[in-house]
Amino acid sequence: MLRLCGGRLAAQLGSLHGSLQKPACGSVRGVLSCIDPSLGLNDVQKEFQKVAFDFASREMAPQMAEWDQKELFPVETMRKAAQLGFGGIYVRSDVGGSELSRLDASVIFEALATGCTSTTAYISIHNMCVWMIDSFGNEEQRHKFCPPLCSMEKFASYCLTEPGSGSDAVSLMTSAKQQGDNYILNGSKAFISGGGESDIYIVMCRTGGPGPKGISCLVVEKGTPGLSFGKKEKKVGWNSQPTRAVILEDCAVPVANRIGNEGQGFLIAMKGLNGGRINVASCSLGAAHASVVLARDHLILRKQFGEPLANNQYLQFKLADMATRLVASRLMIRNAAVALQEEREDAVALCSMAKLFATDECFTICNQSLQMHGGYGYLKDYAVQQFVRDSRVHQILEGSNEVMRMLISRNLLQE
Amino acid sequence: MAELRALVGVKRVIDYAVKIRVKPDKTGVVTDGVKHSMNPFCEIAVEEAVRLKEKKLVKEVIAVSCGPKQCQETLRTALAMGADRGIHVEVPESEAERLGPLQVSRVLTALAQKEKAGLVLLGKQAIDDDCNQTGQMTAAMLDWPQGTFASKLTLEGDKVTVEREIDGGLETIRLKLPAVVTADLRLNEPRYATLPNIMGTN
Repeated sequence: MLRLCGGRLAAQLGSLHGSLQKPACGSVRGVLSCIDPSLGLNDVQKEFQKVAFDFASREMAPQMAEWDQKELFPVETMRKAAQLGFGGIYVRSDVGGSELSRLDASVIFEALATGCTSTTAYISIHNMCVWMIDSFGNEEQRHKFCPPLCSMEKFASYCLTEPGSGSDAVSLMTSAKQQGDNYILNGSKAFISGGGESDIYIVMCRTGGPGPKGISCLVVEKGTPGLSFGKKEKKVGWNSQPTRAVILEDCAVPVANRIGNEGQGFLIAMKGLNGGRINVASCSLGAAHASVVLARDHLILRKQFGEPLANNQYLQFKLADMATRLVASRLMIRNAAVALQEEREDAVALCSMAKLFATDECFTICNQSLQMHGGYGYLKDYAVQQFVRDSRVHQILEGSNEVMRMLISRNLLQE
Repeated sequence: MAELRALVGVKRVIDYAVKIRVKPDKTGVVTDGVKHSMNPFCEIAVEEAVRLKEKKLVKEVIAVSCGPKQCQETLRTALAMGADRGIHVEVPESEAERLGPLQVSRVLTALAQKEKAGLVLLGKQAIDDDCNQTGQMTAAMLDWPQGTFASKLTLEGDKVTVEREIDGGLETIRLKLPAVVTADLRLNEPRYATLPNIMGTN
């Protein structure tokens, strides 16, 4: 009966006897009542959350360590996810999207991230890019670019950051000079997730004068002469996605590839990031949830001084703190997601607060879970260290947590 | 046969990944607030029925579940996987504990006749009680042939060839429709419901 041949049911029954080495696939579906991520969701949301959790535990968790160590970009697995509708979650259905809400997307990314945080983060970036084309592109662009992106036949990358402009994104220098029917692009983008592998690059570049109003958004397709890539960066985490510089040297891009009007690029980029921040925070949430479950299981199993670690009050209290902050983070994210989908005026500030709070708290939770594992937590045989490494960068990108504070204080201090 | 209707029984059970706890009064296990989902063998049965429909060998897949109102969640999952209709035979919470294979077989028998089903597909057993009786009892009540522990199913005209996993190895039998088949582990690998399908069940 326990012949582990094919059949995911066989894998399920096998994982019941799993050792410490197995990632939190089995127990994540179980009931740990106060941190149950399905609480407060409606029936339909619970249904696709279940699909996302199942997909994460069966298709992603067993491979997350290999993807990290061998730096593999799991194209086939992501395409399977896209078949379920995860390629364009909040994109309109007439171009292949699932037309769900921001809250739905957060629930899905949180669940997928328990399987592999790094891969889910890339999927969320891809989703953000498709949405930008769906929302701001004209009909021709939507129907040309979105369907193959929703199915993940093609992959997308978001190119805003440059070597000279990170937090000060507005000061970007990549230029786009119009010549006839084309823009000629010159410049370089740094730290681009999916760089070199993606087929579609959403590039924010300067078509006009200085400041935000001079920036436009262009779709650059892989293979365009003048588009090249830097070396694949060696990173502490997020190793299942390649990160490269994107180099543009006299790269001719049709004017027809411009998303929105000239001068609208920065606005489009920022609107994309609002959702992107919720998404990346949701990925942190998944990592933290998995880490809390792993910590809990370890405390029950591991004995020292004659009893399970779970009998130690300090560790009980520590676990309670971790769980409390996990739920607080989740509530902030879901609240911000609802504000965004309702287009409330406080949405930007709420998304910034949620990203700031959740990415900080969730990294700490993952780190504390690692500490509870003792020496084992430091070994790559155990998943918790990968959750720590993968979630660390969420405090830095999509707008560093310092930039989040800028946006929040600006909201508070505006006249 | 493009006129064939498949009736698939689906049971709502405690999720396989949950750590079961016995109730303090020792009368059973804790089910309140515990995560439930579709019995894994029932998922395999639904998957097989949907595959037959996709091959145009079955006209309609009807999912059935007996129990309290939470069974509708299980039916929703079946619909999201591709079943055409779901029938919820409502049994109040207070009586649900006494619902066993004998009662469910009677329900399935009546429904199979009412819906004019030509194929009844069930999971071989439920993971909560491990009875492995409902399929066999239903076949007996309907006086239909049965192919239990199916690891392979082939529909050809009015016959179904079933490869069964038995103690001694594999046995292949051929049944004349209408028939009852119960699904074993290796019959297929159930699909994930897609987001559009889940939204469609709303």
